[in-house]
Amino acid sequence: MGEEFVVLSLAPMLIGVFAAVACAIPGNFLLLRRQALIGDAISHVVLPGIVVAFLVTGVVAAWPMMLGAGGASLVAVGLIEAIRRLGGIEPGAAMGVVFTAMFAGGVLLLEQSDTSSVHLDVEHALYGNLESLIWLDAQGWASLADIGALRGLPPELPRMALTLVLVTGLTWVFWRPLKLSTFDEAFARTVGLPVSLIGLGLVVVAAIAAVAAFDAVGSIIVIAMFICPPAAARMVTNGLEAQVAWSIGFAVLSAVLGYVLAGYGPLWLGFDDAVSAAGMIATVSGAILGLAAAFGPCRHRSGVSASAP
Amino acid sequence: MIWDALTLQLGYNATLVTIGAALLGMAAGATGTFLFLGKRALVSDAISHATLPGVALAFVVMVALGGDGRALPGLLVGSALSAAVGLLCVSALTNRTRLSEDAAIGAVLSVFFGFGIVLLTVIQSMNSGRQAGLESFLLGSTAGMLWQDAMVIASGGAIVLLLVAAFRRPMTMVAFDRVFAASLAMNVPRVELAMMGLALAITVVGLKVVGLILIVALLIIPAVAARFWTDRVGHVVISAGLIGAVSGYAGAAVSATAPALPTGPIIVLVAFALFILSLLTAPNRGVFAVVLRHRRFRARVHVRQGLLALAQGQPIYEGLTLRLMRRRGLIRADGVATELGRTQAGKALRDERRWQLLRSDPAYEEAAASYDGLTPLDDVLTPDQLGALDRELQPKGVF
Repeated sequence: MGEEFVVLSLAPMLIGVFAAVACAIPGNFLLLRRQALIGDAISHVVLPGIVVAFLVTGVVAAWPMMLGAGGASLVAVGLIEAIRRLGGIEPGAAMGVVFTAMFAGGVLLLEQSDTSSVHLDVEHALYGNLESLIWLDAQGWASLADIGALRGLPPELPRMALTLVLVTGLTWVFWRPLKLSTFDEAFARTVGLPVSLIGLGLVVVAAIAAVAAFDAVGSIIVIAMFICPPAAARMVTNGLEAQVAWSIGFAVLSAVLGYVLAGYGPLWLGFDDAVSAAGMIATVSGAILGLAAAFGPCRHRSGVSASAP
Repeated sequence: MIWDALTLQLGYNATLVTIGAALLGMAAGATGTFLFLGKRALVSDAISHATLPGVALAFVVMVALGGDGRALPGLLVGSALSAAVGLLCVSALTNRTRLSEDAAIGAVLSVFFGFGIVLLTVIQSMNSGRQAGLESFLLGSTAGMLWQDAMVIASGGAIVLLLVAAFRRPMTMVAFDRVFAASLAMNVPRVELAMMGLALAITVVGLKVVGLILIVALLIIPAVAARFWTDRVGHVVISAGLIGAVSGYAGAAVSATAPALPTGPIIVLVAFALFILSLLTAPNRGVFAVVLRHRRFRARVHVRQGLLALAQGQPIYEGLTLRLMRRRGLIRADGVATELGRTQAGKALRDERRWQLLRSDPAYEEAAASYDGLTPLDDVLTPDQLGALDRELQPKGVF
């Protein structure tokens, strides 16, 4: 754990952890509201968003792309809602129609436009490039106190940290209304809470987390982190506070363990090349979910005994 | 150029792809209908993403056995196996734990896809894997399609179509009402397994053409679009098959006209265009039809109320009512009733009086149930009944 670790692994690992936690927190509420697949839809429509942003501005820069991605996810949420209401179609199918069509549009735009000079392709959008976010200016642990070296940190790190702070802060501030409207929407409406506004706010926060995380780590982690840690936590406990805490723990564990296994696992097994960190983080979160589903103390539906199918 | 493509004049390979894609689209549309009607459309998303580890593992195994890692049948078998494992995981998570199906779908698709990406990076580091081109399975690629590949796709699509035709009755019943199906001693889990198995087969067959991210679109979009045109299951299945076939055919043909038009996305966008067309213009359920029906109904209500007001000598203030009645020539610009208006107002008032009497008489209970304030009583009663009713309306003792 020396100098090399600080240069090569510290920043990506932190970015992975921040992204995982920022997605897992809203994921808890989406899971309980049975909107878990919103994360899936958002992460697909991010692609047309960034392509359009690139075509408009002509540069691959973080902020226009995040704006484009955020805009695209709002368009997608609006379209899903419109199709659901206008056509009387169940939400799952409406979602399936919208995100596949928008993703197809994104791929087509990407193929049509000249992006050979810039780093923008579908593979990157899917599984990001966490490994490349290294901190070249670092000389070792001492660099953490060195302003000059800190300036050389990959910009994704402060951006992701800011997103995490924002997501955590909003969740903390709106904890009670969020909890009420998630568990008993009718009651929440009775006591005068703007239920649909809270629902929309949650989706927007989820979209912010997804878009920021997507920029750094690709969309596959985003979907996995929205669902797997909260789902695993759901099988461990019955309290919402405890569930959120467990899900954060699982998210951190997935990110750290996944990154380590991807970066160092193949070396231990005698291979030369590392494997995809994003994919490995998703895999680890799946393994955690599998363990929770097999052994979690609260894995059954209440009222269903262990022997029932 | 596009005309050439649509009439299959662009050469052997393009023709092959176009016909294959049309068959694939037809089979996918028909199969997807049952998923959509059973409200389980997004299960196909889990299936398709779960194919990736299978593709990668099959490649590794085939290379390890000394064969060609890119042989399509082997890759398809691998993808089918891993998609089946994914499907089992979804059903295990849904049935044995407290997770809802959508969470199970999301968990399976992200984890399997992530694991598949890990395996792809492993393959990239293998010596023989550098030119594997397995990434083409993500978005589909028809560029280097061989005759054998096309045959696999076409025959796979045809077999799935036949199976859909064979199982349509049990699948319909399970999609609509599981409990009823179970009460007829039908093996519901097995029928669902068949349904999912067919979706899985389509996914696997379509991987090469459309790619695993977009194949769900072929299962979902044609079914949703077809639902607008008809209320009968058989017709929805057939229309979905047709919409799927047109999307596949047109999409593949258009994409053959230029190099930067990838097949999968074009097929999906054609399907989406057909969906939007259905959403807007379908008779009865389409948006235009609904808006038109709403406007007609509103006009009927306003005109009826306006006529009743005229008949009773009450002034009309409401703007829409005034406009509608003027346009129909029922009142003049200054609001005074025309000849036509007076006649119709009298009719409306007589109708309303008849209805009032009818509804107060228990003998007409059945007819009274159809009262909505709009239907003329002439449409409900026979002339004889009307005559009997009118006799009661006459003021007694005048004659």
